[in-house]
Amino acid sequence: MANFETMTINMGPQHPSTHGVLQLVLELDGEIVRKATPHIGFLHRGVEKLAEHRTYHQVLPLTDRLDYLAPMHNNLGYVLAVEKLLGITDAIPERAQVVRVLLAELTRLKSHLVWLACHALDIGAMTVFIYCFREREHIMNIYEKVSGARMTSNYFRVGGLSADLPAGLEQEIREFVNTMPGHIETYEGLLTGNKIWQKRIKDVGVISAEDAIDLGVTGPSLRGSGVDWDLRRDQPYSGYENYDFEVVVEDGCDTWARYHVRLKEMREACKIIHQALDKLKPGPILADAPKIVLPPKQATVNTIEGLIHHFKLISEGFKPEVGEVYVGVENPKGEVGFYLVSDGSPRPHRMKIRPASFINLQALPKMCEGSMIADVVAVIGTLDIVLGEIDR
Amino acid sequence: MSVQAAVDKLKARFGETVLATSEFRGETTVVVKKEEIVVVCAFLKGELGFNFLTDLCGVDYMGQAPRFMVVYQLYNIGTHTRLRIKAPVEEGDARIDTVSGVWATANWLERECWDLMGITFNNHPDPRRILLPADWEGHPLRKDYPVQGPDREPYQGRLQ
Repeated sequence: MANFETMTINMGPQHPSTHGVLQLVLELDGEIVRKATPHIGFLHRGVEKLAEHRTYHQVLPLTDRLDYLAPMHNNLGYVLAVEKLLGITDAIPERAQVVRVLLAELTRLKSHLVWLACHALDIGAMTVFIYCFREREHIMNIYEKVSGARMTSNYFRVGGLSADLPAGLEQEIREFVNTMPGHIETYEGLLTGNKIWQKRIKDVGVISAEDAIDLGVTGPSLRGSGVDWDLRRDQPYSGYENYDFEVVVEDGCDTWARYHVRLKEMREACKIIHQALDKLKPGPILADAPKIVLPPKQATVNTIEGLIHHFKLISEGFKPEVGEVYVGVENPKGEVGFYLVSDGSPRPHRMKIRPASFINLQALPKMCEGSMIADVVAVIGTLDIVLGEIDR
Repeated sequence: MSVQAAVDKLKARFGETVLATSEFRGETTVVVKKEEIVVVCAFLKGELGFNFLTDLCGVDYMGQAPRFMVVYQLYNIGTHTRLRIKAPVEEGDARIDTVSGVWATANWLERECWDLMGITFNNHPDPRRILLPADWEGHPLRKDYPVQGPDREPYQGRLQ
């Protein structure tokens, strides 16, 4: 018998505010959402399976394509996991560490800019979108100068970096970051005091700290519920313990609180970038471990040792000892982790990615059931999901 | 509480259920019997403060017995420590009890583990595939599932 009480509709997979190919089956009672069921997997590429058939160096480009809004963070998580597996974490040179932090924080800015742009656009504030993408374009240009690509950076390497920063880039980054606080004020000027914006996000998508922890929510979405936890401070990697920054926590538990967390995080990221630029001193960018680290191009073509190492590493790869490690990093969206199992061969026996967006998305039904259908759009925006990472 | 203290308490409480412990690169792994997994996890969460399930996955050790390991990565938000729990699962009886009653996170992670690795989770509230279509046959992350797909010849290289 047909059910006249509720109506079931599809939101997505082709819907502009689902940020990709997410399908939500919504059971509606008038405008009230009674049940929301996410359907995912439309973008599944089998990254974990592919990784088992590649050498450790060859897996790195696959990680760019997970969270394509923050590719450097995925690179970072992966290389840190491999370095831990090899036991060379302490051998990474200072300059490589600082550049990693510098670019990771630029990536955080970039990712948060897309979040703010799309979140505001979904709710109807189009101007912010244009401004945010203007600044993001600047970061994209920096990305291109650093790695040669705008999105799929593939820049970090096991043992260091693929290349040094181009000359003059430090000055360009500093000038850009100097302008950023002013830009953030512009966004806030457009949104924070705006009555429509406030009504659309205050007390929307509420999730308590207990529920958020139970559902595994991480990152700004968790800190918006008052949980003071940031891996950069609590399990520091890449020398984050040497930087002075504040972990932003808000107690509101709603979309408004998460909005403030991310905006303040952008300001903190600017602070960290400045500190990283101050710390940046000339020096080596690759660890001294020729059996593991890909030699620089000059060494490959000019020295016989470089050529041999290059040939061995490309044709065979390195063989970590048998063991397993898990490394989690604070991605702009939450904790992204890599669990690597080595069986002593040059390929990972198993690579499990802990996708922040996948696990955060699980909280969506909890956050929007019982609220209006228009709030679903705000909740998707505030969770800051990216489907490349959810589906892998 | 340090990780070592937690492991000691776990051993004291469960005795022979704890099959092995090991340490590698500063990470502690505890292997427990799969029959007791829910009780062990509830104890870890309730008594030892591992209130956050970071990740859950299956690993296929084809050719060994038992063939599968279900791996739980735990985190203690109070002390910021990690612990890894593993439970061996036989190929002939590839099933284990769900821990979604302990941590709600496990719901989707166990669905993914069933979908890609083919390990059934007893009493799971929503045992559907999650990443692959509902009518998909096989479990791609198993080692005997070919990387190019089930009915295709393996890629021989372009210089044939």
